[in-house]
Amino acid sequence: MLLRRLPLSLLIILGLVILTLTAASSIVIGPMSISMRDSFTGLSPWASDLPEHIQMVIHQIRLPRTLLCMIIGAILALSGAVMQGLFRNPLAEPGIIGVSAGAALGAALAIVIFADIGTAYPLLMNIAAVPFFAFLGGALTTILVYSLGTSKFGTSVSVMLLAGVAVSALSGAAIGYLNFIADDQMLRDLSLWSMGSLAGATWSSILLAAVTLLLLFTVFMYHAKGLNALLLGEAEAGHLGIDTQKLKRRMIILAAAGVGITVSISGVIGFIGLIIPHLGRMLCGPDHNRLLPLAALLGALLLTAADMVARVAVTPAELPVGIVTAMIGAPFFIYLLFTQRGRI
Amino acid sequence: MTTINNNSPAISCEHLFLNLGGKQLLDDLSLTIHTSQVTTLLGPNGAGKSSLLKILCGETAYDKRAQSSIRYFGTAQCEWPKQKLAAHLGVLPQQSSLNFAFTVKEVAALGLLPLGLAPQQAQSVLSEKMDKTGISHLSDRLYPSLSGGEKQRVHLARVLTQISQSRHQTILMLDEPTSALDLCHQHNTLNIARQMADAGAAVIVVLHDLNLAAQYSDRIIVLNEGKIQADGTPWQALNETMIKAVYGQKTLVSKHPQADYPVVYAA
Repeated sequence: MLLRRLPLSLLIILGLVILTLTAASSIVIGPMSISMRDSFTGLSPWASDLPEHIQMVIHQIRLPRTLLCMIIGAILALSGAVMQGLFRNPLAEPGIIGVSAGAALGAALAIVIFADIGTAYPLLMNIAAVPFFAFLGGALTTILVYSLGTSKFGTSVSVMLLAGVAVSALSGAAIGYLNFIADDQMLRDLSLWSMGSLAGATWSSILLAAVTLLLLFTVFMYHAKGLNALLLGEAEAGHLGIDTQKLKRRMIILAAAGVGITVSISGVIGFIGLIIPHLGRMLCGPDHNRLLPLAALLGALLLTAADMVARVAVTPAELPVGIVTAMIGAPFFIYLLFTQRGRI
Repeated sequence: MTTINNNSPAISCEHLFLNLGGKQLLDDLSLTIHTSQVTTLLGPNGAGKSSLLKILCGETAYDKRAQSSIRYFGTAQCEWPKQKLAAHLGVLPQQSSLNFAFTVKEVAALGLLPLGLAPQQAQSVLSEKMDKTGISHLSDRLYPSLSGGEKQRVHLARVLTQISQSRHQTILMLDEPTSALDLCHQHNTLNIARQMADAGAAVIVVLHDLNLAAQYSDRIIVLNEGKIQADGTPWQALNETMIKAVYGQKTLVSKHPQADYPVVYAA
C-alpha cells in the first residue's frame, strides 16, 4: 500500500524503462546468442554491417515474438481488469471463469469447419475466421457466466467459478473430440490452444493484436469513470447517471473480443488477467483511470518475461508459455482464495 | 431556473401498480412528495416501502398501465436524461457491496461524476460535504477497512456531493439509513436529512423506528398491503388504532416531554 503514494506518471515511466530492458533482453536471449549491442543496432535502420543470419533472427523471429508478447500481455491484463470490475470481483479472470476456454472452443470449431478454406486462404482464416469465432465463444461464455452468477448483490463467486468449470469441461471435451477427428495439420493447430504459445508470431498477427489493443485501451479509458461507478454496484451506478446496461454490454463485448483474439493468436495463456490487475490495484488503487494504463504496461512486462523463461528453461526445447504463467498464477490464485474465503 | 416554492411538488406519481410473484406490492397507489419536507415511509416488513422507494427513484420498473405515471418537478420520469436526473436525485443505498480498496475520498468523489465541475470547485464541494458528514479525518483511509457506520457516512457524502448543484430541485432518498448505525450516528444522519429539507430538498426516508420517524418527519406515510393506510403529520399518522391495525401491536402514544412530537411505547 506504500506504493499507492507514488504518482502514476512515475510508475508509468518506471514501468516503461523496465519494459524496454525486458524487451531488449527478450531479443538477446535465445538458442542463438546475440549481444545486447547487436540487438540494438539490428533494430536501427543503419544496421547493414551485421551478419545476415543475425539480422534475420532479429527481424523474423525475436522482434515479432517480443512485440507480440507485449501486445498480448497488455490485452490480457486489460480484459482481466475490466472483467473483474464488471463482475465486481477480483477473482473474475477470463481463464478461471471459462471465457478463454469458450474462446478456444470457438477457435477450434472454426479450424475444423473452415478447414478447406483455411488451406486455400490461410491469412483470411488466421486473421478473420478463427479470431471471430474465438470472440463469439468468449462472448457467449461471458454472458452465460454473468447471467448465471450475478444478482443485485454482486457476483456469487461460487456460481461464477462453477460455471467456469462447466464451460472449461465442455470446451475440453469438444477440443478433444476435434483432436480425434482432425487430420495432422489441424492437430498441430489445435494443440496450440491448450497451453498457449507465442512462437507463431507473424507480422499480420501482430497487426491484428495491435489494432485490438488500441481499440480496447481507447474505449476502456473512455469508460473509466463509468467502470469506477460500477464497482459501487449496478443500482448505485445507475443513480449516478450511468447507463449501466449499455456500459455492461460494451464492456462484455470488448473484453470477450480481447480474450478471443488473443486466444486465436497465441492460445490460452492463463492468469495474466488475474495477477496483473491485482498487482495494479496494489500499486495505484482501483481507480480505472490509473489502473488501466498500469495494467497494460505490467501485462506486457509479465508476458514478455514469462515467454523468456519458457524459451530458456529447457533449451533447446521450449515450454508452452501457459505453463510458466500457470506456475506463477495458480499459487497466486490459491493465495487470493485464501484471503477472500470469508467472503465466498 | 425555477423559483423557490415552499412545499411545491417534487415527485408526483399516479396509479402505480406492482405485482411480484402474485403478491400485490403496490395497488393503485398515487401520491405527491413535496419539497422542503422530510417524508417518511413506514410499514411492516414486506409492506412495499422499499419497492415504492425503488420505483420512485427509477431503479425498478412498475407494472405498465395506461394511467400510471411518475413525474419529477412536472417532467415525466422517462423524459429526464439519466445524467441530468442524477444531479437532482440522490439515493443513499441501504448497504453497498463495494469491496475494492478505494480511499474514502475516492468513494465520495464518485458523487462528482454527473456534475462536470472544474477541478477546483469540485474539490471545495467535496471537502464541504466530507466535513458535513464528519468523514474528513478518514479521507485517506481505505473504504473496506471502515466500520458499517463510517461506510454509510461516506456514501452520504457521495450522495450529497452528487446533488450539490441541483439549485432547489433536489430529491434525496434514504433507504433505511439508520439500520447499521449506533444511536449517535442515527441522529446525525437524520439531522442531515432534516437540514437538506430545511434548505428546500424533498427528502424521502424509509424507516422502521416509529419514534425516529416521529422526531424527524414533516409527513409520515404508512403503507400496508400495497395501499396507503395513513398519511399526515406525525400526530395525524401515528395513533394507537392505526398502529394496532397495521402492525398488530398494542401501543401507547404520548407526547415527548420536551418537544412537540409523539412518542410510541409498546403496550
